[in-house]
Amino acid sequence: MNTPVIHIEHLFKEYVTEAGAVPVLKDVSLTVNQGEFLAIMGASGSGKSTLMNIVGCLDVATSGQYLLNGRDVSTLTGDELAHLRNQVIGFVFQGFNLLPRVTLEENIALPLIYRGVPRAERLARANALLDRVGLGAHNRSRPNQISGGQQQRIAIARALVNEPKLLLADEPTGNLDTKTSYEIMDIFSELNQRDGITIVLVTHEPDVARYAQRLIRLSDGRIVYDGAVAHAGPEHLEPASS
Amino acid sequence: MIGDMLHEAWSAMGANRTRTFLTMLGMVIGVGAVILMLAIGQGAQKRVEDSIASMGSNLFIILSGSVTTGGVRLGGGATPTLNAADAQAISELSSVSAAAPMVPGSAQLVYGPNNWGTQVTGTTPSFLTVRDWGLSAGFPFADSDVRSATQVVLLGQTVVQNLFGDEDPIGKTIRINNSPYTILGVLAKKGQSLDGRDQDDTAVVPVTTAQRKLFGTRFGGSVRFIMAQADSDDAMPRVEIAINELLRQRHRIREGAEDDFTVRNMTAMADTAAETAQVMSLMLGAIASISLLVGGIGIMNIMLVSVTERTREIGIRMAIGARGNDILLQFLLEAIIISVIGCFVGVLVGVGGALAVELLAGMTVLITPISIITAFAVAAAVGIFFGWYPARKAAGMRPIDALRYQ
Repeated sequence: MNTPVIHIEHLFKEYVTEAGAVPVLKDVSLTVNQGEFLAIMGASGSGKSTLMNIVGCLDVATSGQYLLNGRDVSTLTGDELAHLRNQVIGFVFQGFNLLPRVTLEENIALPLIYRGVPRAERLARANALLDRVGLGAHNRSRPNQISGGQQQRIAIARALVNEPKLLLADEPTGNLDTKTSYEIMDIFSELNQRDGITIVLVTHEPDVARYAQRLIRLSDGRIVYDGAVAHAGPEHLEPASS
Repeated sequence: MIGDMLHEAWSAMGANRTRTFLTMLGMVIGVGAVILMLAIGQGAQKRVEDSIASMGSNLFIILSGSVTTGGVRLGGGATPTLNAADAQAISELSSVSAAAPMVPGSAQLVYGPNNWGTQVTGTTPSFLTVRDWGLSAGFPFADSDVRSATQVVLLGQTVVQNLFGDEDPIGKTIRINNSPYTILGVLAKKGQSLDGRDQDDTAVVPVTTAQRKLFGTRFGGSVRFIMAQADSDDAMPRVEIAINELLRQRHRIREGAEDDFTVRNMTAMADTAAETAQVMSLMLGAIASISLLVGGIGIMNIMLVSVTERTREIGIRMAIGARGNDILLQFLLEAIIISVIGCFVGVLVGVGGALAVELLAGMTVLITPISIITAFAVAAAVGIFFGWYPARKAAGMRPIDALRYQ
């Protein structure tokens, strides 16, 4: 229980382009404990999405150490990383990333396929989550038949279907209007408070960040603020610019 | 798990029906062409083999050969240098199971109001042994009939049909060139010969009857050719040499002088014909296989497009926990389903086409289970082979790259 969910030390990430290596993350160290609700803010290009992708085991660091649940991910094989993404991490994206051809219940049940759960159980669990996000009547609809906010609820349900320890949300409200954004953030708050799921959220919006307890401000690949949201100055909460 | 994968693959194929159909069409045409061509090739091969079998096995034909008379060389068969006694002597050689003298000619056969012109062959009872030819009714004539040149005849099926229709010919008397002949038996059906002649359009009489009464030649006792059968395939070369020596001796041909006969190994000729047919069959199959290959490349092409189009989907799947092998399997299954369904339809098209060819063009076709099984195996292999590369490409993507793909 004392093992931090995320433990990052001296993490560097460079992208190799034709113009040479471009450093994106420069010596990032970060520890997130079980049950925390963390918001990451920063200007475009500050490296927050890159950090998120590394935390989510979608990308690998150039150097430095990243322990997820106490396991050093750099030693894991591709299949083991897939297993972590499947069982430990739930992902919510800005663009929802639902499969367009597939019904909502099947979209939610998708991660269970890769766990080998039988179809009947998959659909039962998917429908339970559909009810929980308030879209129980739409189980046979397709993503293009519902609104953006509803799509994001489905994406959250999909992220939850394997009961992950860690929920990663990369600008989950970026494509939504203000009212819908608050509805989505209420769901995150409830998941954090009631279910104790650790949440890491990347956002541009101060209002959204205020749902979290802790704020990380990234600037030019470094952490410039790490503390309670309540204590953060306006310069740390300001949206995308500068 | 595999059921879910099949379901996924199926729905992905359903999402782009026209494209799936066109890709499948490539396989359908490929497999259909292979089945059809093999059916035609093997049909031709079977016809040749049947003709060879009907000819008799391990067969020699000894023709009276060229002779030089006062500087003028006459071609083979021009001078009758062989006689029935030669045939008798050949049949007594070791490893020769039978030898029959042959005196063929044309004659008009008359029964009541019907008449029919056919080839009448004078020979001995050994003829039936040499040609592996049985009787469907009645009895063959005996050596005594040959000795006394009796007027008896065996008829082929075609002749019976034309003279008698449904009537039973055994024991009836027909007229051949205005002499009465008693029908002793009816020859079994043989079908076409290698060169396409109807072998059943024939009549057989004792050799002496043909020589003395029917065709009465200037050269009494001569025969046109002799058919001889070796008792095994291995004995063929030995028998050929023995026949040569025997006939040179009997015809008193001096050392160094030209033979006045020719020994032909019919089995060797038949083998050549069979080989030709087989090569043709193989070639047809090979040409058709090219279209199967093209169909396979079509699958690979479409799968590559599909992988590129669905890069984002691949990224999403990876982000929620799909392993490389899950992605590989998904795309591979799609390729295999396309090729196997294409193959199934292709077999139907091929078999249908073959039957149509048989019906409309009157060609012999032969559809063997082997060719269908082979087509299926090849189609599955094509699916795996050409599906592998695109599937591998999909599975090898880095999750973040796939997810970011626009």
